[in-house]
Amino acid sequence: MSAAGVAPKPTRSWPRWVAWAVPLVALALLLGVLAFASPLSFFRADLPPVEILSFERIDVTPAGFRATVVNGGPEPVTIAQVIVDDAYWDFTIEPSSTVPRLGRATIDIPYPWVYTEPHAVRVLTSTGLTFDGEVPVAVETPTPGLQQFLAYGLLGVFVGIVPVALGMLWFPALRRLGRKTLNAVLALTIGMLVFLLIDTALEAFEVAAGLPDVLQGQALVLFAALLTWLVLLVVGAIRRPRDDSGTMPRALYVAGLIALGIGLHNLGEGMAIGAAFSLGEAALGSFLVVGFTLHNITEGIGISAPLTPGREGTPAGYSPGLRTFVALALLAGAPAIAGAWIGGFAYSPFVAAIFLGVGLGAIWQVIVEVGRLLRDDAARHAEPWITWANLAGFAAGVAVMYLTALLVKF
Amino acid sequence: MEPKEPGDRRITRRDFLKAGLLSGGATAVAATLAPGRTHAGHEHGLPLAAQSTPTPQPGMDHGDDESHGGMGTVGQVDNARNGFDPQTLLRDWDFGTVSTLPNGQTLREYSIVAVNKEIEVAPGVFFPGWVYNGRVPGPTLRCVEGDRIRIEFINGSDHPHTIHFHGIHAASMDGVPGVGPGAIAPGGKTVYEFDAFPFGCHLYHCHATPLKRHIHKGLYGAFLIDPDPARHVGEDEASARARNHLYTESQAVNEMVMVMNAFDTNFDGDNEVYAVNTVAFAYMNEPIRIRRDQRQRLYLINLTEFDPINSMHLHANFFDYYDHGTTLRPTHRTIDTIMQCQAQRGILEFDFKGFEPGKYMFHAHQSEFVELGWMGFFEVTA
Repeated sequence: MSAAGVAPKPTRSWPRWVAWAVPLVALALLLGVLAFASPLSFFRADLPPVEILSFERIDVTPAGFRATVVNGGPEPVTIAQVIVDDAYWDFTIEPSSTVPRLGRATIDIPYPWVYTEPHAVRVLTSTGLTFDGEVPVAVETPTPGLQQFLAYGLLGVFVGIVPVALGMLWFPALRRLGRKTLNAVLALTIGMLVFLLIDTALEAFEVAAGLPDVLQGQALVLFAALLTWLVLLVVGAIRRPRDDSGTMPRALYVAGLIALGIGLHNLGEGMAIGAAFSLGEAALGSFLVVGFTLHNITEGIGISAPLTPGREGTPAGYSPGLRTFVALALLAGAPAIAGAWIGGFAYSPFVAAIFLGVGLGAIWQVIVEVGRLLRDDAARHAEPWITWANLAGFAAGVAVMYLTALLVKF
Repeated sequence: MEPKEPGDRRITRRDFLKAGLLSGGATAVAATLAPGRTHAGHEHGLPLAAQSTPTPQPGMDHGDDESHGGMGTVGQVDNARNGFDPQTLLRDWDFGTVSTLPNGQTLREYSIVAVNKEIEVAPGVFFPGWVYNGRVPGPTLRCVEGDRIRIEFINGSDHPHTIHFHGIHAASMDGVPGVGPGAIAPGGKTVYEFDAFPFGCHLYHCHATPLKRHIHKGLYGAFLIDPDPARHVGEDEASARARNHLYTESQAVNEMVMVMNAFDTNFDGDNEVYAVNTVAFAYMNEPIRIRRDQRQRLYLINLTEFDPINSMHLHANFFDYYDHGTTLRPTHRTIDTIMQCQAQRGILEFDFKGFEPGKYMFHAHQSEFVELGWMGFFEVTA
């Protein structure tokens, strides 16, 4: 902002910087009073320190356990001892046994853990408070090596790219459908997305609840969702004027958006699967992978449905090429690979909460966009957009997702 | 301050915890993803001896560290800050101020002050204790059967307290709320006075309510009444001389007091630290040195709160046991484990004559207590 154009001030006014500085000086004075005169000391008389530690991650190594703890309390916490399975145990701690507010420490515990059995890790602070972590099933946590990297990548391919690509194979069938049937398929996509929206939201809040309170996990999820949604609104607003004429038809935009939203969802899914495999809790092999493939196959239908010819937003004669489908499949599926890597090797509930929040916002916007496709089509043909056929499609979408989720939830 | 639910972490998304049921048909993917299964040597965890001891933190001096397979606390308790040393607590008798009453009876006068004091019960773990005379267990009061005992009790703490003696005395001297002087208010004082009967290994503790808290915070100690040989005949008289600190026969015996105690540092009704004489693993990190040809007499008292019983097991040897110490002949002979409920106590007598010198372990025979601090060694020397 420049001073030019501002109305002339009275000649004896203070320089502009003074006006900016006054509140800051007042704030500094207030802080000084609070710090040195302690007018609120009444509230602090002899209160014991509040200590809040949480375990972020416990890795199982050949030598024992490596636990990461986070101090979510208002004061530094000093870790005095470590108890494993009700026995005091040797440990080293980095960078310091005193963990500052919002700081973290890594505790290495040489321990003869027992393959596939649960173990309990407890830290005792200097004040005698205890905080508990759990190794539900002791299996060595994979260390990022080439073999592990490829295996987790393959896992991501199976739960992300493969099902989406399989779903897309229905595209030739979809393009032969009548308009109303296709609308029902779009409604099915919406139903599927609503399922993912709710599933992602519940998951996000569950992860957020595991974060230290000070990080305000739930708020973090909502803000991540809100910001993502706003960004997608801006992106949509920038490209919308070129609706029917540009090189990128609206239908492709919507398909891309669906792919993006699903991709963000699959990122979270990949993280969860990667974390579970790395914790040794997914000793279920191909069954789980097959379950996810079935579960996610609908996503391919959802992405390709708006691309069928003859629809509003799809120029006559427009036919998406193989390259388009590959790009969409990668956009929707590849994040599962990244998610599997993150979950397997570097899981952090904080990052997971944010990613899930982002996915939440994206899926919401996708629902809005697909809904608009349906509405616009209905308007063009002067029909109500909520029909029994569309409702049935929607219900089928929810039902398919729910039923296939039975394969992967226990 | 509730710890987060441990299960709240991350797998919740697909909740496959119980899915071991479905493990059939694992693909190459899954096989690669379960590396522990193929990693030789992990089926049974690591052998204890193979554990490497991590480098201790600066300022966290590791005690005796090579031989316990990683089990034990890290660092050392600052005895100077605590104001007492578990090694000295073993043999720190308080005979009182001794005088003779006009009737010829021996008078022993003691002074006990109850205060609030933070004590380090395991390295770096500070417990907000209530203590008698600045230590846990409180002073080991020692006297002789028939002595007049006079204890001036001052409450320098901020809660009402008492001293309740296990022994024979009048109701008004019982140190319980509502009887006689009752609970002594902060800043108040009283005098407990009675004749020391019966001889034995006894104890005293605060009886203010809530009892659990007043005991587990540290208000207890040993109260030993030596038998008076003049009151016993024959073989018993000789035994009484060997038990009575005034007779040289007793000097030949190495006497020790161990109070089995525990601390609920997070106040959840379950102990985090177990010990004898307060400091977890104190006698493991610094073994008690004893001569193998010397008779050993161990006054063992259980003041563990929250757990119904505690116990002691001596390795590679057996002992004779005198329940409550109120007999001059053993109530159990040749046993190596003894169990005590809270306030139960007894005397263990043993020696290591002819044994190979070395470290002989002793501990509770509840493994949980052992690994939470109640474990030690006798370093037997030739």
